[in-house]
Amino acid sequence: MTSFRTAQGGRIDRARTLRFTFDGQSYTGHPGDTLASALIANGVHLMGRSFKYHRPRGPIAAGAEEPNALVGVGRGGRYTPNLRATQVELYDGLVAESQNRWPSLAMDVGEVNDLVPAGVFASGFYYKTFMNPPSAWKDLYEPIIRRAAGLGKAPEQPDPDHYSHRYAFCDVLVVGAGAAGLSAALAAGRAGARVILADEQPDLGGSLLSDASATIDGLPAAEWAAKAAAELAGLANVTVLTRTQCFGAYAQNFFGLAQRLTDHMPVPDPKAARERLWKVRTREVVLATGAIERPLVFPENDRPGVMLASAARTYLNRFGAKPGARAVIFTACDSGYGAAVDLARGGVEIAAIVDMRSEANGPGIDAARAANLPVRTGAVVTGVKGRLRATGVEVGTIASNGLVNPAGQLSCDLVLMAGGWTPSVHLYSQMRGKVRFDAERQIYVPGDRASNEHSVGACGGSFGLADALAQGVAAGTAAAKACGKGATETAVPGVAGEILPRGGYQGAVPHHRDVRKVKAFVDFQNDVTAKDIKLAVREGFRSIEHVKRYTTTGMATDQGKTSNMNGLAIAAETMGKAIPEVGLTTFRPPYTPVTFGTFAGHSRGDLFDPIRRTPSHAWAQARGAAFEDVGMWKRAWYFPKPGETMHAAVERECKAVRASVGLFDASTLGKIEVVGPDAAEFMNRLYTNPWTKLEPGRCRYGLMLNEAGFVMDDGVIGRLAPDRFHVTTTTGGAPRVLAHMEDYLQTEFPELKVWLTSTTEQWAVIAVQGPKAREVIAPLVEGIDLSPAAMPHMSVRLGTICGVPTRLFRVSFTGELGFEINVPAEHGPAVWEAVWKAGEAHGMVPYGTETMHVLRAEKGYIIVGQETDGTVTPNDLGLDWAIGKAKPDFVGKRSLARPDMAKPDRKQLVGLMTSDAGVVLEEGAQITAEAAPVQGRPALGHVTSAYASPTLGRSIAMALVSGGRARIGETLYVPMPSGAIAVTVTEPIFFDKAGSRLDV
Amino acid sequence: MLLIRCPYCEMDRPELEFRYGGEAHVARPVNPMAESDESWAEFLYMRTNPKGLHAERWRHTSGCGRFFNAIRHTVTDRFVVTYKAGEPRPEVKP
Amino acid sequence: MRFGFINLLRQAFAGNEGWPEQWRSPEPKAAYDAVIVGAGGHGLATAYYMAKEHGLRNIAVVERGWLGGGNTGRNTTIIRSNYLWEESQGLYEHAMKLWEGLSQDFDYNVMYSPRGVMMLAHNIHDVQVFKRHVHANRLQGIDNEWLTTEQAKAFCPILNTDPRIRYPIIGAALQRRGGVARHDAVAWGYARAASALGVDIIQNCEVTAIRRGADGAVEALETSRGTIRTKKIGVVAAGHTSVVMGMAGVRMPLESYPLQALVSEPIKPIMPCVVMSNTIHAYMSQSDKGELVIGAGTDAYTSYSQTGGLHIASHTLDAICELFPVVRRMRMLRNWGGIVDVTPDRSPIIGKTPVPGLFVNCGWGTGGFKATPGSGHVFAHTVATGEPHPINAGFTLDRFRTGRLIDEAAAAAVAH
Repeated sequence: MTSFRTAQGGRIDRARTLRFTFDGQSYTGHPGDTLASALIANGVHLMGRSFKYHRPRGPIAAGAEEPNALVGVGRGGRYTPNLRATQVELYDGLVAESQNRWPSLAMDVGEVNDLVPAGVFASGFYYKTFMNPPSAWKDLYEPIIRRAAGLGKAPEQPDPDHYSHRYAFCDVLVVGAGAAGLSAALAAGRAGARVILADEQPDLGGSLLSDASATIDGLPAAEWAAKAAAELAGLANVTVLTRTQCFGAYAQNFFGLAQRLTDHMPVPDPKAARERLWKVRTREVVLATGAIERPLVFPENDRPGVMLASAARTYLNRFGAKPGARAVIFTACDSGYGAAVDLARGGVEIAAIVDMRSEANGPGIDAARAANLPVRTGAVVTGVKGRLRATGVEVGTIASNGLVNPAGQLSCDLVLMAGGWTPSVHLYSQMRGKVRFDAERQIYVPGDRASNEHSVGACGGSFGLADALAQGVAAGTAAAKACGKGATETAVPGVAGEILPRGGYQGAVPHHRDVRKVKAFVDFQNDVTAKDIKLAVREGFRSIEHVKRYTTTGMATDQGKTSNMNGLAIAAETMGKAIPEVGLTTFRPPYTPVTFGTFAGHSRGDLFDPIRRTPSHAWAQARGAAFEDVGMWKRAWYFPKPGETMHAAVERECKAVRASVGLFDASTLGKIEVVGPDAAEFMNRLYTNPWTKLEPGRCRYGLMLNEAGFVMDDGVIGRLAPDRFHVTTTTGGAPRVLAHMEDYLQTEFPELKVWLTSTTEQWAVIAVQGPKAREVIAPLVEGIDLSPAAMPHMSVRLGTICGVPTRLFRVSFTGELGFEINVPAEHGPAVWEAVWKAGEAHGMVPYGTETMHVLRAEKGYIIVGQETDGTVTPNDLGLDWAIGKAKPDFVGKRSLARPDMAKPDRKQLVGLMTSDAGVVLEEGAQITAEAAPVQGRPALGHVTSAYASPTLGRSIAMALVSGGRARIGETLYVPMPSGAIAVTVTEPIFFDKAGSRLDV
Repeated sequence: MLLIRCPYCEMDRPELEFRYGGEAHVARPVNPMAESDESWAEFLYMRTNPKGLHAERWRHTSGCGRFFNAIRHTVTDRFVVTYKAGEPRPEVKP
Repeated sequence: MRFGFINLLRQAFAGNEGWPEQWRSPEPKAAYDAVIVGAGGHGLATAYYMAKEHGLRNIAVVERGWLGGGNTGRNTTIIRSNYLWEESQGLYEHAMKLWEGLSQDFDYNVMYSPRGVMMLAHNIHDVQVFKRHVHANRLQGIDNEWLTTEQAKAFCPILNTDPRIRYPIIGAALQRRGGVARHDAVAWGYARAASALGVDIIQNCEVTAIRRGADGAVEALETSRGTIRTKKIGVVAAGHTSVVMGMAGVRMPLESYPLQALVSEPIKPIMPCVVMSNTIHAYMSQSDKGELVIGAGTDAYTSYSQTGGLHIASHTLDAICELFPVVRRMRMLRNWGGIVDVTPDRSPIIGKTPVPGLFVNCGWGTGGFKATPGSGHVFAHTVATGEPHPINAGFTLDRFRTGRLIDEAAAAAVAH
């Protein structure tokens, strides 16, 4: 294998050799190489296959804009598909493979697509066929297309790495560390501003690193960049982020940056984050994002060995890798001459410089002539020979009538394209800047300044080095000054030896060949040709967004960095319009793709969402409790004994509570302290119930509606003092209820003197429920008379338990005698343990949420969110008794008076009894009048709760049924796939209807 | 991530500290029961939803907890002004 | 010219020179029998069915930008009909039936792919809600089945069903007939078919005013391309509905929110279906091109900006990486936003307005794409006959007065 490594030069460390493999073949390279430069140094250009035609492809670029050379890198869970070989830093042991080919990159069966008569697979062909029979798309065509599409493969194993996030704030964010960015960062940094300078490359310098001819302040460009980098590193107020792509601009000067931390390391530290997401808020931003060279659109411009002139210079000058032995430079811009001169100096034979322009003059052509390089003006490349690698080109001359005449062939293994430069206005546009069309140069450049933004250098449309440096200094100085910093002034560095990249071309290059038989690529990766764009216009797609979507131009992984302007120019020409009349597609983040892992950061596993645990959590876990997720809470679901099923455990727990006593952690209930002289009036307005006359020391069931009149929350509320209520809410509803209360208090009733405090986390709530509840807690309680007369059902007392202050509620969600012991959360585990010890003698069992659900259902107590779904009124639930009829107003009252809110056919809460006592209905099952309902007829309602009731020894269910209360006694049906289940409608209370068990 | 100035804290704070509260100056009728179904529906549901300057409520939930109002441009998401609850909507230029 | 494989070949050999315009780009006429405002999928479908089924040929669709450029071209293309309430089931199932024959009906391959939409349950409340849907759907003849965790894993093998994750998957509801379609093709197919029936589709034509006569009825539209007289206007302007209706003096119960979506770089097929998790706020499918198509809920505040916050997209990807750990090394290629108009009950408004001659079809929130054919079909009936089709009879504007809401949000909190 011939080495294409130069004898000297470049920014690679020739003293060290790195081994790597590509498609199983071993190669060597050096530190400083990219995968692409190392392969090119090994004479390898074939690196990928295109999306549709599977045409062999090599890199056309040397950086982020590369559309062709996509590879998968790494092994196992660290494998990453679709990486650009031009951006992958080489390390020892790197394993890379090509994609979208079978069986091999050189022999890809998929290339048959390229042999199908030209035009069958033209843009949008799939919209026009594969339609019959109707099922054939999904069953036949789509699977074939899906398999053929896609590029790389997803990793098959979980990703072992972790990722981090960081917020940062600065005065001046500088994006891009080329000439403009470096000088801006220096100017702002010297002036004393807090600066963040970000660049996606490992070294600062941008295109200076590839520049072999210009000098800055007398230094070679790359040396000047190194000196600038060293100075910046020494400034405490400057943060330099390399390998960091600023990928997105968001509202109010907020930027997203993705930093690659370990991808370049052969064996990364497993404790180190692989990538980091920077979220930067800056006062001023300097965009120095450069420009991207445009390819020229001519037949077979996609063959491996055809690349951008700037890329060839980079491979040669920066990486010491000769991109070929004999080159044809096809140019419409003076930068082609610079490339030719560099290549010639680097030992590449120049077969010809083919300049589209009829007259070329200036320092570029002068330098080429001085070097005795053959120049043809008024000429075009009209085709490329070779398949896996260019072997030559066809050349034509442009006649005065614009037609092209064949003018022979040239052999070469390298074809350079220099079509001019497109400013990278992506971030400017994301900042809502409005680009302006520069008609003379036929490019879009930034228009008016976006918010606190400075576009400098090539991204601002100034392609010269001296301009870039001057603008960078000016912008850095101005940005620092805008932040009140101006300590030191920076002089503009002097430049010598640069060749300004004048000229450029966009659109399809004219040629003499049969257009039906050739492919001239606009979007390389997506295989969009000039013909495709013309076809789209012919078919009526006139907006550039339509053209893009119909042809898929610019929709590949490079997002059109090299193709959008050529596509736009061809579309405009076909329509006979000027480019700005056709429009411009929107620039969207990210500028280059960012891994999902980077966005997710630490939010993974247990850190995905906080876990809320109750005070008895560890105790329950030690006893083998099963847990359920309720919002962020982990709640004990049931406490199975060894070998016990859930059903058996729940039955045992239920029976124990009814027979003796059970212990339940109710700490997840939301708790809000409502305090102030107007507390009762506030409660009157926020809850349906009347509160004025509730005595301190007593409790009441509270029902909360939203303003639309639908049940929003409920809970027992104790009045501790005339001006103090202890409000409880549902577990899931606590934040919502507090926000709702605050909203009304602050914005509708600001005249009320009330203060609201969430106390959910402050109180541990230990529920002791069952006939023996009083006996269990009595020995532990001090300062409270627990006797039924002194402390009746629905009362609250202050005292101590186990020496700890408590708010002791006598309340019940089971229908049994019950207490809810509120103690400060830090004492929760100790009090829980003490109550447990005290209860053991009484046969107390711990029970979980499932038993709680069964016991409350036996009593017909609703659960908001289960019996209700946001469409249920108090009347629907039979809770009219909870409405303070005399109150002039409460939240939701007016809505209850709307025409549809009191119709008799509304769904009302009822009980259901199956005729077979052993059958437990399924929650969510529908209810119908007929055993075999007619399809399309609305159901009468649905089962909201259903359990096997251990107390009743049969199944019970609650349901919302249309006109349900009038149907009590009727037989209805619950149709199931296996047949309808007959049910009798009952009242929604199944046990101790008189409530006598509460009054003990 | 918007940057929002809380008029009580007098600080610019990130959006994550706040909760959006819908259109501002939609006052709850003093006597709801006197409202017609139409006017009640207007209060409950009808919203201006302008493309342009929007007076809206925010709450500094993870800060002072106070509700306040803002005028924000709904196309650019730029905040023109924030002001305390109860204050009239300021006159601002678009 | 009909599409199809034969013509595709014939044209290919002729250099694809013979394909006609897919739709005409006419100048607006001075007057039309009816004008639809908004050339998204719903608006174009409305015009198509008005022409095809109601014989109205002197009609136009006016569009501020380019046809299909709003939410039609920005959404994640999920199609399903397993809604809870009868009204919704009727509407979305009507759409589903039309989807099933749409490509053949208008001769444009919309790539309707009923690959299955699976909704994950992470807690007992989810199970109750989804089973309620399953039962309700079964009674209406709409397929929706309950899957165990193991069955869910079998249906989507890259799903993380480890019971130790923060929010384990404890079951799923699957609508096998649910799936995806190619969004742009839906707009283009309707445009092509409507244009062929004589409908004028007028792009780059922004409505600036709605003129009403002395009797209050609509008389004309003022547009950036001149006055267009018409007695009937159907507003199908999605996120911009409040703005357009405001021109007729009608206030709407709508708020417009940004809704973000994103795609990954294309990869070989790993995702055979659509998976949605409302509890952890994310959904994902894979396009035929190979991109993972990902979305979540709306941003928190109203906006017409067509962008959204970085933190919203980040949080969506947190959830995606939890559900599908093998995609952590996949990369976000493109992230964008749409503007969705949201009603208080998360159901659309399709019908008459207080202004004679003015009709509205809006409020589709985050889930309008799936309804496109059905929405257009019933709205065409409504505009053409002046009265709602039985299927959209419940989706009135008046329901916000009476309280007869169709609250899919409350019922399921899933409205994608």
